[in-house]
Amino acid sequence: MTEEIDAGFVARQIAESDMLSEPAPDRHEVGAARRRKEDARLITGRTQWTDNIQLPGMLYVAFLRSPMAHARITRVDTSAALHHPGIVAAFSGRDFAGEQGSLPCVWPVTEDIVMPDHPPMAVDEVRYVGEAVACVIATDRYKASDALEAIEIDYEPLPAVLDMTEALKEGSPKVHEAGNRSFVWKFAQGDIDAAFRDAPVVVERTFVQQRLIPTAMEPRAVVAQTDGDSFTLHSSTQVPHILRIMLAQVTGIPEHKLRVVAPDVGGGFGSKLQVTAEEVLLLLLARRLGKPVKWTESRSEGNLTVHHGRDQLQRISLAADAEGHIRGLRVDLLADMGAYLMLVTPGIPILGAFMYNGIYKMDAYDFTCTGVFTTKMPTDAYRGAGRPEATFAIERLMDELAAELSLDPIEVRRRNWIAHEEFPYTTIAGMTYDSGNYEAATDKALALFGYDKLRAEQADRRDRGDPVQLGIGVSTFTEMCGLAPSRVLGSLSYGAGGWEHASVRMLPTGKVEVITGTSPHGQGHETAWSQIVADALSVPFDDVSVLHGDTAISHKGMDTYGSRSLVVGGVAVLQACDKVKEKARHIAAHMLEASADDIEFAGGSFKVRGTESGRTIQEVALAAFAAHDLPQGVEPSLDSDATFDPDNFSFPHGTHLCAVEVDTETGGTKIRLYVAVDDVGKVVNPMIVEGQVHGGLAQGIAQALFEEAVYDAEGNLLTTTMADYLLPSASDLPDFVTDRTETPATSNPLGVKGVGEAGTIASTPAVVNAIVDALRPYGVNDVTMPCSPERVWRAVQGGTS
Amino acid sequence: MIPASFDYVRPASLGEAVQVLTDAGEDAKVLSGGQSLLPLLRLRLAYPSVLVDVGRLEELRGIRDEDHHVYIGATTTHDEVVRSPVVNAECPLVALATATVADPAVRHRGTLGGSLAHADPAGDLPAVAVALDMEFVIHSTSGERVVAARDFFLDYLETALELGDVLAGIRVPKLGEGWGFHYEKFHRTAQAWAIVGVAAAVRLSGQASGEGRRIEEARIGLTNMGPTPVRATQVESAVRGAGLNGGDAVREAAQNAAEDTSPPTDLHAAPDYRRHLARVLTHRALLSAAAAV
Ligand SMILES: Cc1cc2nc3c(=O)[nH]c(=O)nc-3n(C[C@H](O)[C@H](O)[C@H](O)COP(=O)(O)OP(=O)(O)OC[C@H]3O[C@@H](n4cnc5c(N)ncnc54)[C@H](O)[C@@H]3O)c2cc1C
Repeated sequence: MTEEIDAGFVARQIAESDMLSEPAPDRHEVGAARRRKEDARLITGRTQWTDNIQLPGMLYVAFLRSPMAHARITRVDTSAALHHPGIVAAFSGRDFAGEQGSLPCVWPVTEDIVMPDHPPMAVDEVRYVGEAVACVIATDRYKASDALEAIEIDYEPLPAVLDMTEALKEGSPKVHEAGNRSFVWKFAQGDIDAAFRDAPVVVERTFVQQRLIPTAMEPRAVVAQTDGDSFTLHSSTQVPHILRIMLAQVTGIPEHKLRVVAPDVGGGFGSKLQVTAEEVLLLLLARRLGKPVKWTESRSEGNLTVHHGRDQLQRISLAADAEGHIRGLRVDLLADMGAYLMLVTPGIPILGAFMYNGIYKMDAYDFTCTGVFTTKMPTDAYRGAGRPEATFAIERLMDELAAELSLDPIEVRRRNWIAHEEFPYTTIAGMTYDSGNYEAATDKALALFGYDKLRAEQADRRDRGDPVQLGIGVSTFTEMCGLAPSRVLGSLSYGAGGWEHASVRMLPTGKVEVITGTSPHGQGHETAWSQIVADALSVPFDDVSVLHGDTAISHKGMDTYGSRSLVVGGVAVLQACDKVKEKARHIAAHMLEASADDIEFAGGSFKVRGTESGRTIQEVALAAFAAHDLPQGVEPSLDSDATFDPDNFSFPHGTHLCAVEVDTETGGTKIRLYVAVDDVGKVVNPMIVEGQVHGGLAQGIAQALFEEAVYDAEGNLLTTTMADYLLPSASDLPDFVTDRTETPATSNPLGVKGVGEAGTIASTPAVVNAIVDALRPYGVNDVTMPCSPERVWRAVQGGTS
Repeated sequence: MIPASFDYVRPASLGEAVQVLTDAGEDAKVLSGGQSLLPLLRLRLAYPSVLVDVGRLEELRGIRDEDHHVYIGATTTHDEVVRSPVVNAECPLVALATATVADPAVRHRGTLGGSLAHADPAGDLPAVAVALDMEFVIHSTSGERVVAARDFFLDYLETALELGDVLAGIRVPKLGEGWGFHYEKFHRTAQAWAIVGVAAAVRLSGQASGEGRRIEEARIGLTNMGPTPVRATQVESAVRGAGLNGGDAVREAAQNAAEDTSPPTDLHAAPDYRRHLARVLTHRALLSAAAAV
């Protein structure tokens, strides 16, 4: 076939040399459990992490960090550090005061929000332990660390502000001049007073969403360089595109003179959705010194200064009728902002505002969130961002409602959830859930779990007074992800849109390069996007490569967070493929001497409808490259771009069931069985989905049982190492039983829903519900997270939990 | 997480090691597996100016069956201990406790001598040392001396080792026939240190009577119940003669486990909870050890 192409010399060589791939029409890639093509490179370390980057003449930066939670800086003297061997320069915040600007917050959730200045290096005042106050630049990392000890700083202590409730009281010491209240954000729908008036049942609880420290495998690292005119910043970031725009704004470096690269990135969980002090300062240092500079955090430095997650106090009450039908829900939230508002800090609890109603129908909903400043590390996005907190609250309350009415927790949920024939359904919080089938997921989970048998065992252990009690926890969750429709983000005062961009390049040999605006940091986009392209263009999976993370290659993008990559970015890839095919159809028509209207793409070839003869997409790509004989007015390129902006969020859901054995003598807990049935719509790669679910479950269970950032009474972080900040490893977790139901999303052409955060969101309440369920005979109706053995034991003793 | 600068010396013999240490004085530290010392250096909680690495000295390594005791060289790794047929046959409690230390990576580097010399009361092996009355063979420029476990642990991270001393090895007495062993470790994650741990060795009466067999003799060491490992002597005497079937004699004896302890407060537990755990876990450890006879 190929010899018929008027190809020119180079193209003829390509055609004759076997380089031109055959189409792959018979394989269905989407839905296949393909092994991740990026993994060999990632797990053998044969890739570039930011810390691996070595540049000629590179200098190393170390930061001196505040040992005080709150203090005025009265004197800084960096001069002694300069006498240390290998020290090139040393600066304090004052040396950059005119230049460093303020770290950005792009989510002013209310018009009167208090948004204090946030200097990357503190100038006059420090407001949390770990805040950068000075830096040294040395010829190696070790010398830089040693010289930090020579910097002299005098602090005049100011009172630490640690407790949100205290912080809001009249006369509390202030974190910022403008006070400790950053904002009050409200939402109300329906007649909440009517819902609570004479309600037969009211369940009221206060839940503490403890502060968490996101722990990515790869610590943060930044390399900045300049050639005197333009700048390149490598960073272990989730958001190279957002970073470029924001850094241009903060530093004044014109956007087109700044290239940001996220090389391979080892995890983020939201912690690398940030514009950090270190990124700004490294750029400024490269500019001032004219030399490439590098900074890599240590794990303890990271625990102090990676933005933290959660930290909310949830006062929540639910009114129901005597049969357990929910009438109304009242949520009053205090959200700890920490000392400053970072990139999307105020928006995190607000993302939860639309999720407190969960999968349930109700008549009225009232939500208030107060953002509070404290002298702690700022909080911001952490896997789930606002939705885990909301889901925890409502799923815990549903179990409490069931207990109040002596109903089975599954039954209470059945009485309240949206039935599958009611979709699309507009919730009390104003979201339109496009699709879902809570009955199917729940039935499947109950069967896998052996629910009735475990309930019987529970009853038996209770009867026998077994010191090891069994508890069963339920979580029938949904969440909103796939951030997000730009229009909705606009209505929530978010600083940018939520579209995503993709380019598809057809190379002369028929190979395909995909450029995505998403920025994978462990999710497997290279594999999943290749599967989508393979099916869309009928090319072999291995013929697709995916480029990302470098603003010089991928100029447009909104990056990766909020389980958005597939549902927004993956759809953009599909749409770009559609454009490639449309362009190819015209060239194929010309090659086949037919009208474009008569050409269809089937079985890997463009064919005249009703005939067998055709041209493969690879042949068309080669013809476009040669361009010797193209139809009049057609550009010699199949390359195409698409930018997709969804109309709606994505609403994955599922039913998770957890059986926990609680040793009432020691307070020890052991997860005996965990069943997760998730509905994430159509699945591109079930292995990747399972991986996301497993990791998500581990993180959600970790919040329930292990993780907690602890500050002492002076505002020192006590959990700076992994010996103190407990993370589970595989041996601390059960074998998960996972399965799926598949209710396609109707809001995107792939029918997919986000899966990146679902496991984390669902699992925390499932575990805590199980622990509380085990201890109900002891009069326990809550245990504060993390449910450490000591807390569980004290709950059993009837003390405070 | 970056240590201050230090010198590194790797002596060729034990004799050279003690000489180097004596010459260097206060500022020198012995380095074995580095699993406790390096974290201290990285957190800049210790600033030795010279590290004397004894980790590769063959004369400090290895496990020997020596009549009345098992001799374990100080730099024998945790992993070697766990896999040793001699240890498992003659003093299995050491292997049982060592198997709970951290994770495989740490067990491949960390050493028995390092663990004991470090004397962290939260470590699993000091409690075993006092329970079994191990003996510490110590070298210095003035020769060899032997210190009993009860005299070795002086305070939190403080031992009878003096400037210029190297711990050469540990003698673990063989207890003879009829003993069962158990190490009961209570911790939050697999890699975490013990909140409380109980090392128990139990010898039973030869004959089962009406109440089944009885505990004739018990040795109990407690992990993390004070600044040093604790020998639970009150339980040991109270449990003598306790029947295993019927009655709560063992449980009652275990109620004494928190006597004479001063458990610490940390992020994971307050003292009253630790005392409670000591009682519960001692009961369990005794029963498990009895079941293992
Ligand atoms: C992540 C992690 C988890 C851990 N979890 C546990 C646990 O659960 N349980 C537990 O028991 N331990 C635990 N450990 C500690 C571990 O057991 C260490 O191996 C042990 O405490 C020290 O042994 P080492 O050979 O590494 O000693 P090093 O770190 O080399 O030395 C420790 C101290 O002993 C001194 N020293 C070492 N050898 C000698 C010698 N021959 N003569 C004189 N002085 C000497 C050193 O000077 C130093 O002060 C953990 C360690 C890590 C890193």
